[in-house]
Amino acid sequence: MANQDFPLIFERSKLGRTSYSLPELDVPDVDLNAELGNKYIRTEAPELPEVSELDIMRHYTGLSNRNYGVDSGFYPLGSCTMKYNPKINEDVARMDGFSHIHPDQPEKSVQGAMEMMYDLQSALREITGMHEVSLQSAAGAHGEWTALMMIRAFHEANGDTERTKVIVPDSAHGTNPASATVAGFEAVTVKSNEKGLVDLEDLKRVVGEDTAALMLTNPNTLGLFETEIVEMAKIVHDAGGKLYYDGANLNAIMGYARPGDMGFDAVHLNLHKTFTGPHGGGGPGSGPVGVSAELQPFLPQPLLIKKEDQFVFDYDRPQSIGRVKPYYGNFGINLRAYTYIRTMGAEGLKKASEYAVLNANYMMRKLEKEYDLPFKQHCKHEFVLSGKHQKKLGVRTLDIAKRLLDYGYHPPTIYFPLNVEEALMVEPTETESKETLDGFIDTMLTIADEARNEPELVQDAPHQTIVKRMDETTAARKPILRYEANSE
Amino acid sequence: MEFRYLPMTDGDKQEMLNTIGIDSTEELFSDIPENVRFNNELNLKKPANEYKLKKELADMAAKNANLKQNRSFLGAGVYDHFIPSVVDHVISRSEFYTAYTPYQPEISQGELQAIFEFQTMISELTGMPVANSSMYDGGTSLAEAVNLSAAQTKRKKILVSKAVHPQSRAVIETYAKGPGLEIVEIDLQDGKTDVNQLSDAIDDETASIVVQYPNFLGQLEPMEEIQTLLESKKKTMFIVSSNPLALGYLTPPAAFGADIVVGDTQVFGIPAQFGGPHCGYFATTKKLMRKVPGRLVGQTTDEDGVRGFVLTLQAREQHIRRDKATSNICSNQALNALASSVAMSSIGKHGLRKMAAINMKKARYAKQVLQQAGVTVAYEGAFFNEFVVKLNKPAASINDRLLEKGFIGGYDLEKDYPGLTGYMLVAVTEIRTKEEIDQFAKELRDING
Repeated sequence: MANQDFPLIFERSKLGRTSYSLPELDVPDVDLNAELGNKYIRTEAPELPEVSELDIMRHYTGLSNRNYGVDSGFYPLGSCTMKYNPKINEDVARMDGFSHIHPDQPEKSVQGAMEMMYDLQSALREITGMHEVSLQSAAGAHGEWTALMMIRAFHEANGDTERTKVIVPDSAHGTNPASATVAGFEAVTVKSNEKGLVDLEDLKRVVGEDTAALMLTNPNTLGLFETEIVEMAKIVHDAGGKLYYDGANLNAIMGYARPGDMGFDAVHLNLHKTFTGPHGGGGPGSGPVGVSAELQPFLPQPLLIKKEDQFVFDYDRPQSIGRVKPYYGNFGINLRAYTYIRTMGAEGLKKASEYAVLNANYMMRKLEKEYDLPFKQHCKHEFVLSGKHQKKLGVRTLDIAKRLLDYGYHPPTIYFPLNVEEALMVEPTETESKETLDGFIDTMLTIADEARNEPELVQDAPHQTIVKRMDETTAARKPILRYEANSE
Repeated sequence: MEFRYLPMTDGDKQEMLNTIGIDSTEELFSDIPENVRFNNELNLKKPANEYKLKKELADMAAKNANLKQNRSFLGAGVYDHFIPSVVDHVISRSEFYTAYTPYQPEISQGELQAIFEFQTMISELTGMPVANSSMYDGGTSLAEAVNLSAAQTKRKKILVSKAVHPQSRAVIETYAKGPGLEIVEIDLQDGKTDVNQLSDAIDDETASIVVQYPNFLGQLEPMEEIQTLLESKKKTMFIVSSNPLALGYLTPPAAFGADIVVGDTQVFGIPAQFGGPHCGYFATTKKLMRKVPGRLVGQTTDEDGVRGFVLTLQAREQHIRRDKATSNICSNQALNALASSVAMSSIGKHGLRKMAAINMKKARYAKQVLQQAGVTVAYEGAFFNEFVVKLNKPAASINDRLLEKGFIGGYDLEKDYPGLTGYMLVAVTEIRTKEEIDQFAKELRDING
């Protein structure tokens, strides 16, 4: 494919061309201008494109060809659980009785939708071991913040108003400290030890009367199970704090362990990750929260409950933190997750975790021959390599990622977590076959060879993509955030 | 039991175990302490085969009264609009929907360009120079705007019109607890924000005022008066929540001096789907460009000078700034933004104005026939495609009766506005026909008595 500018939809536009087919005006015409007057009537029409229907399909098909998804190939993007997105989920989400229902319809006219939500809540309660679940939060970060707001409300309800700090491991996802700030807390960091786990001594040092909560991902972002979780829970609980579980890595432990049993008081789940959302190019996701009985009164309102044989939205929740989102959450995504859980059942979900972990360990043992593995123990569903051997040869982790593009792969997550130099975070997921894993392993070993023998080949990558490396510096210094017809 | 998403064979498994040097996968979980190990089987429904599950879910879906089989006059923030066929064909392309956030621009130009185009369309509609890649929905986007105004002005007081969507106001309230903002609600006069009360409430502590245009009751707010009011209060920011379809016909908020414009693009190509996922938008001034929450896509060039797009100004965001980020938001509604972009491209420049006008004209016709049917119209001000009627009975009971006749009635305002018993917000979109509107008026007359 020739490297050239791909036209914007606006550049395909031509005056007089149309693609619309609107319902006609079958009522008597009225003079809107007379009624509204000049001040409310737009003088210049917004410059939307004027294209034919075929133009639209060619344009967006062209764009899709310039994009890479799980259906295109292997996508071992650590922390994101890029597993296969089942097609039945998409079919179900498009059923009229689910996609074309209004959130303000009388409850008796949407009992089927509410039944699905109730069943999903029950399933997620069981999978996490939590007392109650709300589906209202829209995404992972939103769920984190929702849970922290509940913890905040819990402490306030106890007259415990001096708990201003939320403890976050140095390996945590950036949304953790950011959510703490948005919820009105100060984020403080707890260090990891040489095994890649939370340092209990440091935890004891930072925990105190001002501790509102500890946010923890388990397995953590290094893909390692926090083996001292029970001790950690005790330290935080003894200090009066709450334990919050970031569900980003739940795919490692379904059916093997549950956050509720580990002592967590609140969790969020990423239905677009663990439960095949899909990811949608960046969203929409869904981030339900689960809580212990103690935090149950603080869940967002309304809460979906069952009263006799009817499903109802319960607004009578005086201690609720309130609404975190209009309506009842990302229903369409929740429905897909429900369909996935019904497809897999207990046996399938446990197997998913088993194979996700097996796949990751297999790859890790093959790749540690060429790439530095900072933490040697078995991993869970993902592992983190360091590109520091290659860095000595002048090849950065970014270069390795770009070289993978030439071989047709989406690269792993890079430069995260922050506590590993030149990090490469690999999450294969359970839906990939051994052949796919072997292909990727061979490629990674080839790239390690290239780094030794032909470093420029890696440093200058990618060579095969439709565009080369982008000038991100200029993009940030002189931002162009929209198309201007006369700018070129 | 077979699982079609799991390609592992017994042979593969054995080879992999050998490579790792273990006998069974159980060893990989031995680091989970015994006392927190889950040793039972999860109590979930048995796995269902594809055919059976699809049938079961179709049965569940059939229990819902859907908008295709019933004629809906319900809006109130979620609308039943025409969705061009091309929309679903585009968003069903799995290169889009099975991808994630475009971290690797070389293989994500499709998504990045689609977002850049979306940003441009939102900028055009609102008149604001900067728009982001999308937010969860209109309500959370508005709450983010409020938090931004407080951070930017270093003030804590927010004036919110009661004609802002009640659920958005509820979300603002929740978000405001984090930074400890004071939310003051402004009463209504004839279905619009009471400008005198607003004027009295603004002081040197006011970070922003928030209105919806067209407002929740369908009315057009006195935008010029509010703009004038703010001329002497330069620091106070003007936040406007707008239905973007209305902006196809109405003067954009930028023309009234808005600092931040938010809303939801559900009206463009996104089905109601019981309230979500929809797609928030967030548009603002150049001045606030580096404070915007969420992802932004910018145009640049590659090493060979070829035009391309990247995620940009990331120094605002959580993965770089962590606790100092402007927001904790990480995802965006990319797939829904794509749906809206396709719908906006399909409707096009002239189609949009026409579509907005059809909405307004059909709503005016409905208002007239409802009046003829003996229903009182509550407010006489300029409106878009929704208006409020006063009925002789509680709206909820009337809606129950309407449902029996195959109509989904309007929004019961009593839920959010104590005292407005019997007040119903009626929405009329371009897909309602004259016959349906006439029939609705007839049924309402019969039920209303």
